[in-house]
Amino acid sequence: MKRLINTSRVKSPWLIHFDCGSCNGCDIEVLACLTPVYDIERFGILNVGNPKHADILVVTGTVNHRNKKALKNVYDQMPEPKVVVAVGACGTTGGIFREAYNVVGGVDKIIPVDAYVSGCAAKPEAIIDGVVIALGKLAEKGKKVDQGIFERLENTQNFIKSR
Amino acid sequence: MNMNDAIAVLAALFLAPLIGGLVAGLDRKVTARLQGRYGPPILQPFYDVLKLFGKEKMIVNYWQIVCAYMYLVANILTVVLLALQSDLLLIFFVLAVGGVFLVIGALAAESPYSQIGAQRELIQMLTYEPLLILVFVGIYLETGSFKISEIIATYHEPLLISLPLLFVVMGYALVIKLKKSPFDIATSHHAHQEIVKGVLTEYSGPYLGIIEISHWFETVFLLGLCALFWHTSFLWMAVLVVATYFGEVLVDNVCARLTWRWMLPHAWTGGLIMSFANYFWIFEKIK
Ligand code: SF4
Repeated sequence: MKRLINTSRVKSPWLIHFDCGSCNGCDIEVLACLTPVYDIERFGILNVGNPKHADILVVTGTVNHRNKKALKNVYDQMPEPKVVVAVGACGTTGGIFREAYNVVGGVDKIIPVDAYVSGCAAKPEAIIDGVVIALGKLAEKGKKVDQGIFERLENTQNFIKSR
Repeated sequence: MNMNDAIAVLAALFLAPLIGGLVAGLDRKVTARLQGRYGPPILQPFYDVLKLFGKEKMIVNYWQIVCAYMYLVANILTVVLLALQSDLLLIFFVLAVGGVFLVIGALAAESPYSQIGAQRELIQMLTYEPLLILVFVGIYLETGSFKISEIIATYHEPLLISLPLLFVVMGYALVIKLKKSPFDIATSHHAHQEIVKGVLTEYSGPYLGIIEISHWFETVFLLGLCALFWHTSFLWMAVLVVATYFGEVLVDNVCARLTWRWMLPHAWTGGLIMSFANYFWIFEKIK
């Protein structure tokens, strides 16, 4: 059963796309993945608008002082297991906006990032590759989450026994 | 309870979710093909639900848990009652209870999206419930009974022949109930919409999975109602059900979402006119 759930995790990643101060170049490429040409729904990937339903957070663009709270908030609302993909030169490092006074930098300054996709703008193929890498991590994390549950159960059992 | 009933109940409990899930998968595949895409595997809905069960439990209000389970129970009950060939009116009320619990669960969370979604869901219920009642009354006028077992035992020609307009009315109700375009106002299966996921916004993880499974039961139940319109021959029943569902998917894909201000008057006037036309036809025949 645990194995089944874990394969399902990899087969049905729902992603949420968060535009964190991108120039919209990367956003267009993310949306291009949904079109008939790339059709990521083939892999069961759905673009959901709700962090509470999502497994993968795809972030485009730089983080600045105003929207870092929003980014953190979206990340915190996603239930475990979850992974983050930073897309574009901006998302990974801050890109050409890196030196700007209002920019914090890449996405990894605020939340842990599992996969980086380079490019300005990142190609749809590259984005799909990034998501696939993230899926591997998702499976690993999923195992850990399950372990967590069973360990917790074990602790409870031990506790009851010791009483 | 005799042996046949027991088998019917078991089939309703275990076969219905399988069929419902497969139908949902086919639905997504056909939709993708209609949009020129390749589409997900047929088993995708099962993967989705299994994944949802593996997610962390996250709730805003404990009522959501109760409501998700009640919605599931009510939907299972409708399918079981249908399999037991019980009373149409009874089934109708159980269906209404399920719908109400979904709305209560959404109202229990304070998010504006789920609140608006819940209001819209209520309006949708207001729209399709009278239509369904009209259909059931039509079936009663024609066959003289609300009980499915009696209808099957005493009435020996397809209901579709004497109630064609009521079948169209039911198609209307079906589009609304299955949450398909142009009436996917409260929540939508595809991508996002202006109120994110509407009623389902605040349900997440395992509870969303439960609601998804309830939706499979709901689909099976509604298709079962369709099947009732051609209960004499198994082959034609299957043809009717498949044609109806394909029609729904087609309508889903060619329509844009409408507002409730359009839905309510049009569904009601259209539904009322067609139902009463059909009633008059029945009375003429009886005379
Ligand atoms: S990486 Fe390039 S295309 Fe993407 S958001 Fe930054 S500047 Fe725009």
